[in-house]
Amino acid sequence: MTVPAALKIPTRRGSELLMLVFAVLLVVAAEADVEATRDGHISSRLITYAAVPIVVGLVTHLVIRRVAPYADPLLLPIVVLLNGLGLVMIHRLDLGLKQQAAQSGDTFNNPAAPTQVVWTAIGVALFIVLIVLIRDHRVLQRYAYTLALAGLFFLVLPAVLPASMSEVNGARIWIRVAGFSIQPGEFAKILLTIFGAAYLVAKRDVLSLAGKRVGFSIRSRFIGFDLPRGRDFGPLLLAWLLCIAVLVRGRDLGTSLMFFGLFVVLLYVATERAGWVVVGIALFAVGAYLAYQVFGTVQTRVEVWLHPFAPLTSAQLAQGIDPGYQLRQSLFSLGTGGIFGSGLGNGHPELVPLPATDFIVSAFGEEIGLFGLVGILVLYALFVVRGIASALAVRDAFGKLLAMGLSFLVALQLFVVVAGVTRLLPETGLTTPFLSYGGSSLIGSYALLALLLRVSDAARRPATVPPAKAKETVPA
Amino acid sequence: MNRPIRRVAIALGVLFAAIFVNLNFVQVVKSDEYRNHVGNKRVLLNEYASPRGQIVVQGTAIALSKQTSDELKYLRTYPQGELYAPVTGFYSYVYGRSGIEESEDKVLSGDDPRLFGTQLGSLLTGRNPKGGSIQLTLNKAAQAAAYSAMKGADGKMRRGAVVALDPTTGAILAAVSTPSYDPNELSSHNANTMERAWSKLNDNPAKPMLNRAFNELYAPGSVFKVIVSAAALSDPAAKITPDTRVPAPNGYWPFDPKKTSACPNDPTSSCVKNFDGETCDNGKTATLAFALAKSCNTAFAALAVDKLGGQRIADQAKLFGFGDPYTGDPPDLCHPPALNVPLPVCTSTVGSTGDLTDKGSLSHTSFGQQDVRITPLQAAMISAAVANNGSLMKPYLVAKELSPNLSTLSQTEPTQLSQALDPDLDTDLQEMMEGVVTAPEGTGGAARISDIPGVVVGGKTGTADTGIFVNGKETPPHAWFSGFALQNGAPKIAVAVIIENGGVNGNETTGGLAAAPVAKAVMEAYLKSGGGH
Repeated sequence: MTVPAALKIPTRRGSELLMLVFAVLLVVAAEADVEATRDGHISSRLITYAAVPIVVGLVTHLVIRRVAPYADPLLLPIVVLLNGLGLVMIHRLDLGLKQQAAQSGDTFNNPAAPTQVVWTAIGVALFIVLIVLIRDHRVLQRYAYTLALAGLFFLVLPAVLPASMSEVNGARIWIRVAGFSIQPGEFAKILLTIFGAAYLVAKRDVLSLAGKRVGFSIRSRFIGFDLPRGRDFGPLLLAWLLCIAVLVRGRDLGTSLMFFGLFVVLLYVATERAGWVVVGIALFAVGAYLAYQVFGTVQTRVEVWLHPFAPLTSAQLAQGIDPGYQLRQSLFSLGTGGIFGSGLGNGHPELVPLPATDFIVSAFGEEIGLFGLVGILVLYALFVVRGIASALAVRDAFGKLLAMGLSFLVALQLFVVVAGVTRLLPETGLTTPFLSYGGSSLIGSYALLALLLRVSDAARRPATVPPAKAKETVPA
Repeated sequence: MNRPIRRVAIALGVLFAAIFVNLNFVQVVKSDEYRNHVGNKRVLLNEYASPRGQIVVQGTAIALSKQTSDELKYLRTYPQGELYAPVTGFYSYVYGRSGIEESEDKVLSGDDPRLFGTQLGSLLTGRNPKGGSIQLTLNKAAQAAAYSAMKGADGKMRRGAVVALDPTTGAILAAVSTPSYDPNELSSHNANTMERAWSKLNDNPAKPMLNRAFNELYAPGSVFKVIVSAAALSDPAAKITPDTRVPAPNGYWPFDPKKTSACPNDPTSSCVKNFDGETCDNGKTATLAFALAKSCNTAFAALAVDKLGGQRIADQAKLFGFGDPYTGDPPDLCHPPALNVPLPVCTSTVGSTGDLTDKGSLSHTSFGQQDVRITPLQAAMISAAVANNGSLMKPYLVAKELSPNLSTLSQTEPTQLSQALDPDLDTDLQEMMEGVVTAPEGTGGAARISDIPGVVVGGKTGTADTGIFVNGKETPPHAWFSGFALQNGAPKIAVAVIIENGGVNGNETTGGLAAAPVAKAVMEAYLKSGGGH
């Protein structure tokens, strides 16, 4: 009995399972550390927090085994580890905030960790639906415009809702219904990535036609770049305008930066013309300048970024506002953690406002130090590298753009967040994928994972094996 | 499309590298700056997150940490704040620490490396280590008696200090500085309470936070005559015994020793006269014992200038714990400290080398004026050495350092600083000092203890001119007493008392009148308590 050569390509599902075991062990150890430090003993809560990565890992692993057997084996364990560590930190911050409340005589009664477990469950459910329904990522191309419409709908929705249902901390980017809040921009990001990839695959030939050359020649070697043709300029301009619109509507620097970066990169990858990047950066600069001129919030963010330790003005003192407080607390948190950190549960990351969402990176930096934080960054780097590897390996242009776009989203978002909390760039207010507290962020991230796994499955699948069909059973 | 994908990957790599470099900058380069920044509450929260160890006197905590419900979890409290403040010091997150809180901070906070072993378990779980305790040598009865005896007849606390020592070990039995302050206010978690108390204490001209027992230098006056007596007894060339008759004229002219006429009524004259112009014995000579008992200035001036010389006295003073004479301007006598008990103690001095060679200055140095300056602790050390066969023990305040589980980290072993006087000669000096208290001409009769059998008290009074003039009139002199008590021949306690600017009746004060009763109260309380620490 001979097995076709193509089938010998290993699926690596065993490696995935092994790494999942490691991920679960790490999460359990982290939670045990938190409990031992905070309470002096390990409680039965440990079972709850251990169960999350075990169930998530096991269920998703089994589903992948079934419907995407050639998928990249590294992506899922990284996500389970990040999600698990995030949950541990969110729980730890709950304990810190609870203590803080008790000391000031208040009661703390909305712990974030249980809700995050619910969000994780919903995220995993969506993951399963997506990866089971979409057996071939190329199917998505067909629905590109529908998805784009849905994305725009999500983007616009908070703007048309009354402020009471959409505004949190001054930014109108939420939908708040029945005690739940969702940031639809998180889903719009992914929908628009799909659309962008599909659109550019269709139009790349037109867009890559050279326009004017900018540069000079030395000994017949041209140095410079080709500008795109004016009439193909449309998509970029559209993206730019969309970003300005997002910014105007929701005062949301982070999301508009994400959108714009995504479009520029997709354009560049699709057309292979560096000119788009130059034009894109120029447009971004113009947009940023305009935003700075028009919006007080942007000016404040930049001012805080430049002078976080500047004494408050008399007007600020009179109004009792301190815009630099958060960044300073973040720097104190990171600086106090130093190289090795205070140990999980032993620092004071709860002193930083919004510690579980925008500043969860500072919380990790304080308690597990530079070493631990770099470890987490390496996990993200691996995730992005594996995503890009799939983009390189997959055979269809749409898949390449999609995988690239999704990987880039994760990388850019992480960069913007970490650069913001460490004062490399002005703070923009984004969550950290998989790590931060928040339903939309987590669910969106699991959707992203499903799509990326789907592309990676296609990338590693031997050419002779057709994509798995819903009812097909793989012969043993 | 793979080429642009690779380029984007490289660009992302650069972004990750930028984050990494910046994280190193924040968490390594700027780490200390951020950690210690005034806006960073973490250091404070950590410092107050675990109970600090206790400071204990004879089984009673005089400084302890109480759990609170506010953000700073443990509040430092001092149940008998003012009584022990000169020893405990305070513990404030605004003004820092002082006293034992400062000098034993490592043990109290649990940071001491010797606590590492016992705290390894708590380190592993990341819990904050508890602090160790400090057991002091103080005696409750002596400390309390000293503090209450410093209260004047008018009910107000007089300025001054009391130090008591165990002569055989050097253990400090009492250390009082008055007026005192309440360290509870400075250790409060309420910044307003703290600030108000701090500025009030600093504006107070009586300087309540000055630890007079260890950190104030006073002219010792006639107390210094004990050292000159020791120098005379031990001088091989002079061959002087307590019964040797030494010149004791009514007026001593240092530049013309032959002249015996009384001093003119001219304050600028170098002529030395006795206290209140009194006559010493027959007005010509007196035995050394008589001169000490009656505290004749002229006899000691003559001894110092004509027999001993300044260097001899400085050497003897050094054996009793003084520093070397200084040249030129007076140096900063408190930095570096002469001793750490472990509280820093200022250096006592006989003055400059010039004072010791100039006959006029030396004659005044001999009875503790001119530039002689001593701490109350030093005054107690003189009597302690005399009581202890001439052997001067190093004073210490910390009996034991204990780990949080009460095992002993260290125990102070008594050490000898010097043999100040040959034991045979010391017996002579001891009897001379007993004469100060018991002889009819003695000035220290008020220190006598008659109701405890077997107790003999010796000492020396001092009435030191301050040299400070207010409105052309010199401020009232400081009243001194330094002495010891023997019980059945064994040295039990040495004590020194200073009361600034008299404390009894203005200029009429003397050490015998004002300070000796305080010393008596301390010694009596200690002996009746059965001693110990």
